[in-house]
Amino acid sequence: MKFNLAAVTLTALLGLAACSSPDRFGPGGPGDATGLYDPNNPGFGNGSVTTGPLDPGSAEYFQQSVGDRVLFAVDQSSISPEARSTLMAQANWLNSNPGYTAIIEGHADEQGTREYNLALGARRASSARDFLVSQGVSAARLRTVTYGKERPIEVCSTESCYAQNRRAVTVVASGMPVS
Amino acid sequence: MTLLRFLIPAFVALAMVVPPVQAQDGPLRIEITEGVVEPLPFALPTFVAENPEAQEWAQRITDVVAADLTGTGLFRRIPQEAFVTQITEFTPQVTYANWKAINAQALVTGAVSVSGDQINVKFRLFDVFSEAPLGEGLQFGGSTDAWRRLAHKVSDAVYSRITGETGYFDSRVVYVSETGPKNDRLKRLAVMDYDGANVQYLTDSTSLVLAPRFSPGGERVLYTSYETGFPQIYELNVGSVNRVPLSVPAESMTFAPRYAPDGRTVIFSAAINGNTDIYRSRPGGQPEALTNAPSIETAPSYSPDGSEIVFESDRSGTPQLYIMPSGGGEPRRISFGEGRYGTPVWSPRGDLIAFTKQNAGRFHIGVMRTDGSEERLLTASFLDEGPTWAPNGRVIMFTRESAGAGGQPALFSVDVSGRNLKQIPTPNAASDPAWSPLLQ
Repeated sequence: MKFNLAAVTLTALLGLAACSSPDRFGPGGPGDATGLYDPNNPGFGNGSVTTGPLDPGSAEYFQQSVGDRVLFAVDQSSISPEARSTLMAQANWLNSNPGYTAIIEGHADEQGTREYNLALGARRASSARDFLVSQGVSAARLRTVTYGKERPIEVCSTESCYAQNRRAVTVVASGMPVS
Repeated sequence: MTLLRFLIPAFVALAMVVPPVQAQDGPLRIEITEGVVEPLPFALPTFVAENPEAQEWAQRITDVVAADLTGTGLFRRIPQEAFVTQITEFTPQVTYANWKAINAQALVTGAVSVSGDQINVKFRLFDVFSEAPLGEGLQFGGSTDAWRRLAHKVSDAVYSRITGETGYFDSRVVYVSETGPKNDRLKRLAVMDYDGANVQYLTDSTSLVLAPRFSPGGERVLYTSYETGFPQIYELNVGSVNRVPLSVPAESMTFAPRYAPDGRTVIFSAAINGNTDIYRSRPGGQPEALTNAPSIETAPSYSPDGSEIVFESDRSGTPQLYIMPSGGGEPRRISFGEGRYGTPVWSPRGDLIAFTKQNAGRFHIGVMRTDGSEERLLTASFLDEGPTWAPNGRVIMFTRESAGAGGQPALFSVDVSGRNLKQIPTPNAASDPAWSPLLQ
C-alpha cells in the first residue's frame, strides 16, 4: 500500500511538472489534466517499477535539483546573494539544455494591494529574467508573467509564509522559443 | 429623543440654541454627516395590494423598501404592531395624529397592482410633524421580474426626498466571486444588486479574473483575465457576455483598467520589461503612455469631469497618491500621512478620493480631499482594500479579507462618515467590488 502510494505521488508529480501552461495554477488550462490522478491509469499497473536519479535534462530535475525559485525581501526586486547562486545554476542548466524555454513567474505576499502587487510581481520576474540573460540565456527563450498576490504557495499570514511567497519561479518547458 | 436631533443632527451645538418650535416647523430633512447619530423613525405599513394577485408582491416590495432604508443606518422602521391605525387604502389623506402618536417622523404608504406579468407600484411620503406630503406621489411600472428594481426606486425616491441626496439603491455591483483554498483560488466575475440579491455570473472560473470596473453607463465591464496565461484587460458586454481584448502595448501585461467619463477612453497599467506605467487607450487610437518613470505607476482613476487622473506611485520610495492632468504631465503628490497609500478612487461627487492605506500592520479604507487634506480612515482590519463609491458618493464598498490559512475575502460597505459598517451577503467569498451608476 505504501509502495502504491509512492508511485501514484511520483506520477502526479511528473504530470504536474510536464504542464506547460503559464497558468499552471488554474483548472482547464492546456495540459492541466495531466496533474490529476487517473484511477484508470494509475501508473503502476504493469507491475514493474524502476528507481533511479532524475534525468538531469528533465524539467523535474530543474525544479528539484537546480532549484526553480528565488526569494525577495519585502517590496524588493533586487537579487540577493542566495538568489544569485540559484539563478546562476538555472542559467547553467538552461544553457546546457537549449531545447527548453522558460516562463518566469513573479509573485508577492498578501501585504499590499492587488494592483501594486501585480506591478511588484512584474518587477521581480523581470529582475530574475534579466539576471538569466546576463548569464548568457537568450531572451527569446524567456518570458515573464506576474501573479501579484494571487497565487501564494504558503497560506499562513505571518512572515514565515510571506517570505516563501515573495518569489520568482522559473517554469521550464521543452519547446520552441517564446517570442 | 428630541426632534431636533433628527432635523439638525449635523449641528448639535447650534441646535441647542434653536427653539424647538422652529425645528418642528422646518421640513423633514436628514443631513448625511458624521453628526447623524440617531436613525430617523419612520412608519412603513405594508403596501396595499390593489388586486388579489398583488398580495405577495406588495409584501415583498415593502420588505425591500424597509431593508433599503434601514440598511443605510439613517432610518429606523417602527414595528407595525405599534401602529394605532392601519393603512388599508392608498389615499392622499392620512391622519397625522395617529403617526405622531408613535413618534413616526416620516410615513411611507404604497400600493401594488399586478396584471399578468406587469407590476405597478405607487407610493407617497408624508412629513408627519409638518403634516404635509413630502413631494408628489409617484408610480413605477415594470415586469414582475424587475420587482426588486421597482422597490429600490421607491426607496431611492424616499431617501432622496428626506436627505436631499440622490439615492443609490437601484444599482448593481460587479465583483469577483471566489471559491477554493487560498493557494488554489478559483475566481469568476459576478454581478449582483447593490444589496447582494440577484447574483449572476459573467464568466466561468477557468481563468483567473481580477478587478472588474463598470462603464459609466453600466452596460460594459473592464477586467483583467489570465485566459492567455498572462494578465490582459478585456471589455465585456454585460448583456451578451461577449468579450474583446483591449488594445494594449506590445509585450505588455495589463491590469487596473478604468473608464474615462466618456465611457470609451480607458486608462490602465501596463508592465513592460518589469516596469509598470499608466497608459491611455482611446477608440481607434494606439495606446499611449501617460507616465514614463522607472517606478511603479498603477491604479489610475479619473476625476468625474475627466480632466485629471489620480493614481498610485512608489517614486518616492513607498506607494503614495498623485494627481496628474488627464493627458499626462507633472504629477503632484497628495498623500503625506504615515504608511502606504494605494488604489485611489475619485468620488462621483468630485469632492473626495477614497483609498487603501497600509500602516503599522493594518489596512484601512480612507478618504481625503483632492488636495490631500482632511484625511479620515473609515475602517481598520487585517486586510481592507479596493474601495468603490456608491453612485451618490455617500457609501463606499470594499474587500475585507480575513487572515490565515482559512482567510477569505468578503464585501463590506461603510458610510463616508465611517458609520454603518456592514458585510454584503454573497453566496461565496467575494472581492474587488465595483459599483454601477444609478440605473435608468
